[in-house]
Amino acid sequence: MEEAQGQAKVSPEVSSAAAAYAVVHEKFGDAVSAFDDNPLMPFFEVLDVMRWQEIALFLRDHPRLRFTYMACLSGVDYPEEEKLGIVCNLESLGALDHRIAVKVRCSRDGGRIPSVADVWKTADWHEREAYDMYGIMFEGHPDLRRILCPEDWEGFPLRKDYQEQETYHGIKVPY
Amino acid sequence: MQELEQADNRSIRITREGNDRVVIEKDLSSEEMILNMGPQHPSTHGVLRLECKTDGEVVIEAEPYLGYLHRCFEKHAEMVDYPGIVPFVDRMDYLAAMNSEFAYCIAVEKLLDIEIPRKVEFLRVMVSELNRIASHLVAIGTYAIDLGAFTPFLFCFRDREHIMNLLEWASGARMLYNYIWIGGVAFDLPSGMKERIGEFVDYFRPKALELQRLLTENEIFVRRTKGIGIMPADVAINYGWSGPMLRGSGIEWDLRRNDPYSIYPELDFRVCVPDGSVSEIGDNLSRHLVRAYEMEESLSIIEQCLQKMPDSNGFDPRSAIPKRIRPKAGEVYGRAENPRGELGFYIVSDGKSTKPVRCKARSSCFVNLSAMKELSRGQLLPDLVSIIGSIDIVLGEVDR
Repeated sequence: MEEAQGQAKVSPEVSSAAAAYAVVHEKFGDAVSAFDDNPLMPFFEVLDVMRWQEIALFLRDHPRLRFTYMACLSGVDYPEEEKLGIVCNLESLGALDHRIAVKVRCSRDGGRIPSVADVWKTADWHEREAYDMYGIMFEGHPDLRRILCPEDWEGFPLRKDYQEQETYHGIKVPY
Repeated sequence: MQELEQADNRSIRITREGNDRVVIEKDLSSEEMILNMGPQHPSTHGVLRLECKTDGEVVIEAEPYLGYLHRCFEKHAEMVDYPGIVPFVDRMDYLAAMNSEFAYCIAVEKLLDIEIPRKVEFLRVMVSELNRIASHLVAIGTYAIDLGAFTPFLFCFRDREHIMNLLEWASGARMLYNYIWIGGVAFDLPSGMKERIGEFVDYFRPKALELQRLLTENEIFVRRTKGIGIMPADVAINYGWSGPMLRGSGIEWDLRRNDPYSIYPELDFRVCVPDGSVSEIGDNLSRHLVRAYEMEESLSIIEQCLQKMPDSNGFDPRSAIPKRIRPKAGEVYGRAENPRGELGFYIVSDGKSTKPVRCKARSSCFVNLSAMKELSRGQLLPDLVSIIGSIDIVLGEVDR
């Protein structure tokens, strides 16, 4: 309602994302945050992390949402808020042609995010990558191993406070 | 099935098929075998290892192991400023460096919210489409050689060399160009280059047709690819496939059309999908055909660019490049249609620094390859080679 004035300025991309968000908000209420209607990447955040998988399934299967395609899942570090998180770019490919981004965050040490590898297969390797780079644990992931770094690598390279190990199998690491 | 152990430890395997047919296998070891394909294997197109669980010649499951070419692009990107990332982007998908630069610049320009001169857009589209043809030529040539056809490989590399020369003329480098910059391109076209590109288009048209006939009408090639590695459309979407892989499964989806960027809305081209007359929808041959058709579409796009491009007298391709690139705080997901699919960049800026806080590359090969486990199930080992070839991976982009 409050957007009614600015309706003319809002791009069709943002308004279709807002419409999709409204469907999610109606069903999940306080489990999701308010909608951020920035023109670059409209998104909402999942506040109740444990319901992320349920929300993901709803996003994929609801006839008015049908986000069939996960374009990207990126791990992100938020050191000021002591949090890690993921950002998922979803798209309704070939069905409704709208896009939205979803953020999920967890605490920096020992935080867990439910895996959505069963919802979108794309998430399988992307979650492994996020685990590899940030150490985010994905609960219920079928095969959570490092994917790009060697299995015995220490630490998570893309965390902001990462210190590389001195040697790796006798090879000097920092150069 | 019934397994009997004889006194001399030789096993006899009795399999009952249907009601009456009984197969008895003597002295056959029936355990599964792990077979490593790669990291150094000609059919893996780089350093990829496939751990194949096999039962005789049948692959039960193939698990890809990556990371042999991992250079942590994303960590580098957090250490250099925005324009400095462009050369790194080149080195991800080294066969289609122009397209990768294009995708990255689109993402940063969205964040900066700047207007690009029209002529620059034409230059960008033209070099990207040239590079797309070069990339598809490598894909088709190496795919042919994977399946034992040597001649198409030589033809492809001969024709690709013309494109490499053209792009070298424009940018100064043969493969890793650093040509498309944020807000512009490095140089305007050298004088006489437009004519030369036109000559190349005229030269390559019949060659593309010849290549098409050499492979698609080749009985051996068709038998090795048709009906193998079939991927249904809904599974392909669920796996996040994009580009020729997704179109091979019969879905008309092309970012140039469906999420248009640059001047693509003004250009007339076809989104190629197999019609099922030659291939079975979603199989290896379909994916190959999409690439072959796409080369012709790219040729027509280049021709249209040559016609419509504004004149270049006194044109400065660097005029719109910002002096200091420091986007305001925000995040963006920008993407473009690469020869291998959707290449996306998720970039976060804090508004203070000239370096991105986060720069994630969504690599098309990485996502396409993740379906390998599913595709390989129950295939013959030689068909596995055919499947990997049809995915057209560049390990530089898979591992980043």
